[in-house]
Amino acid sequence: MSEEPILSVRGLKVSFRTDQGMVHAVDDISFDLDAREILCIVGESGSGKTLTILTILGLISDPNAVIEGSVRFRGRELIGLPARQLRRVRGREIAMIFQDPMTALTPVFTIGWQIAEQVREHTTLSRRAARALAVELIEAVGIPNPKGVVDRYPHELSGGMRQRAVIAMALSCNPALLLADEPTTALDVTVQAQILDLIRKLRADFGSSVILITHNMGVVAEMADRVMVMYAGRIVERGQRDSVFARPWHPYTWGLLGSIPPLEGERPHRLISIPGLPPSLLHVPAGCAFAPRCRWSRAACAERPVLAGSGGHDSACVLDPTQRRAARAAALGVLPGVA
Amino acid sequence: MISTIIRRLAHMILVMFGISMIVFLIFFATPGADPAARIAGRNASPETLEQVRASFGLDQPLPVQYGLMMHRLFVTRSLTSFVNRGMAVVPAVMEAAPVTLSLVFGAAILWVAGGIAIGITAAACRNTLIDRLLMILGLIGVSMPVFWLGEVMNLITQSRLHDTWLFAWVPALGYKSLSAQPWEWFKTMVIPWITLAVMYAGLYGRVLRANLVEAGQEDFIRTARAKGLSETRILLRHALRTSLISFVTMFGLDFGALVGGGALLTEVVFGLQGVGKLTYDALQSLDLPMIMATVIYASFFVVVSNAVVDILYAFIDPRVRGTGA
Repeated sequence: MSEEPILSVRGLKVSFRTDQGMVHAVDDISFDLDAREILCIVGESGSGKTLTILTILGLISDPNAVIEGSVRFRGRELIGLPARQLRRVRGREIAMIFQDPMTALTPVFTIGWQIAEQVREHTTLSRRAARALAVELIEAVGIPNPKGVVDRYPHELSGGMRQRAVIAMALSCNPALLLADEPTTALDVTVQAQILDLIRKLRADFGSSVILITHNMGVVAEMADRVMVMYAGRIVERGQRDSVFARPWHPYTWGLLGSIPPLEGERPHRLISIPGLPPSLLHVPAGCAFAPRCRWSRAACAERPVLAGSGGHDSACVLDPTQRRAARAAALGVLPGVA
Repeated sequence: MISTIIRRLAHMILVMFGISMIVFLIFFATPGADPAARIAGRNASPETLEQVRASFGLDQPLPVQYGLMMHRLFVTRSLTSFVNRGMAVVPAVMEAAPVTLSLVFGAAILWVAGGIAIGITAAACRNTLIDRLLMILGLIGVSMPVFWLGEVMNLITQSRLHDTWLFAWVPALGYKSLSAQPWEWFKTMVIPWITLAVMYAGLYGRVLRANLVEAGQEDFIRTARAKGLSETRILLRHALRTSLISFVTMFGLDFGALVGGGALLTEVVFGLQGVGKLTYDALQSLDLPMIMATVIYASFFVVVSNAVVDILYAFIDPRVRGTGA
């Protein structure tokens, strides 16, 4: 096995030209993704999660967008790749699942047709073979009566079924990397669990790597190998899941974790919420973007903190370990099993 | 399917009945509307008026008059003009209809093809020079009054450049029968087709472009891109189908209206004795039977073209299927 990460993002910046000047929606993001790894990107709406993965596939079509940095997939630079070559990566090597299954499928074509279309775009399979594969895929994602569903139109299926169909389509060419943009947000809780199971099963069956975007820490706890927390277009913390959950370093992560109701023990009177709102991307503070909402902000926060840490667990926060421990204990209460 | 057709037919009869009632009442029952006075001419003596009333059946109660008129229009088909006595209106409409149908069908093919070509090209080259150029051309097309354009076309093809190789093939104005002289028919109709189609092609092209651009924002277009499809395929297979809805809606209305006599200006400019001209002349002389016949004919085509549009909807968008039938 090679140690080479399958995806390597370096210094990725996505900015938009607007009337009020440049808006940095994704600001200097770097991360690696190993084969068969599930990386969860967490953050509030507008923190740049979706833009980050859209950039990976070159799906930002806004003419005012400026994209800088590097995205290397299997050693190949994707930023600036000619459209024709990029098309061969899209759908075949990197597939994407979108947030809202209700609108993600073209309403005027059948599910089977849409799956077969992708298959035929990237392989030389005949129409009939592509259709047979579509039936197989529909069955593989757990849709009952695949032979009937293959000829159904999207509006004839429920949201969960549609999301399965989208996943079936994404899997059709055995992608090495699956990008999932909040795949369960629009679904019922019971269906959510099934879809997450499906994604996990995919990794087991097809060996795909997954980038899963969510704002649900519960999903992260269940799915992630590694976690990346984004705030205002920047990475504020990243690390192994267990490490991040057990010893979160960044006050913003504490806020996210604190907002989950505990399963055991006394029920809190109110859930902890993070005061304030995320900054407008037009006016991101020059220093730490989270500082205005942070209880522990200090003079040093006026300078942009460096993403640093040890043992694969990094955070962009100026708090030193002692201060951090004290502040975290105050923010979350003492977590069980934390020294 | 059969129930749909029956419902459509019932719908059509209802619409035609309603329109005929309105037309009838406007000419017979509004204050000051005395058809006998109009038929008898100015300063007619009361005796003459009485005679006219009796001879045209205008002395009978209104419902009877209406019933008689409908009977003679649909059953015996012997309804005659008030103005040219003895001229049966149904054959007159039957004679004018092929002219209008030739004109409108040909123009419709041109404007649909032109509109789709303009819309797709402009959307594909969005925000480029080509896009702007096409949109300006479309706007110019929409802005040119059809009678003006027709006269300019005539000036060029019939007079100024008629003796050059360019337009020497253009025959003199007037309709040629399709069955008797198909080639002459075609040559006669080309210029009227283009004239009538220009405005609609511009309009439809602009609307289609707007719809395609709007469809480009849809999530499913992003999905299609993420599948690795080419931009051409995304535009033609994924964006176009959903964008055609308003195109088809407009087409149903415009086509129905034009076949029903809305192509009057084009017909007059090119000397085509179509339904528009017929209606216009009938209105000039307030020839009620003729008006009634042309209006009924027009409403028939409006209803039919809308039925066709509904069928097209179901064909374009599966979400419509099953709910309307």
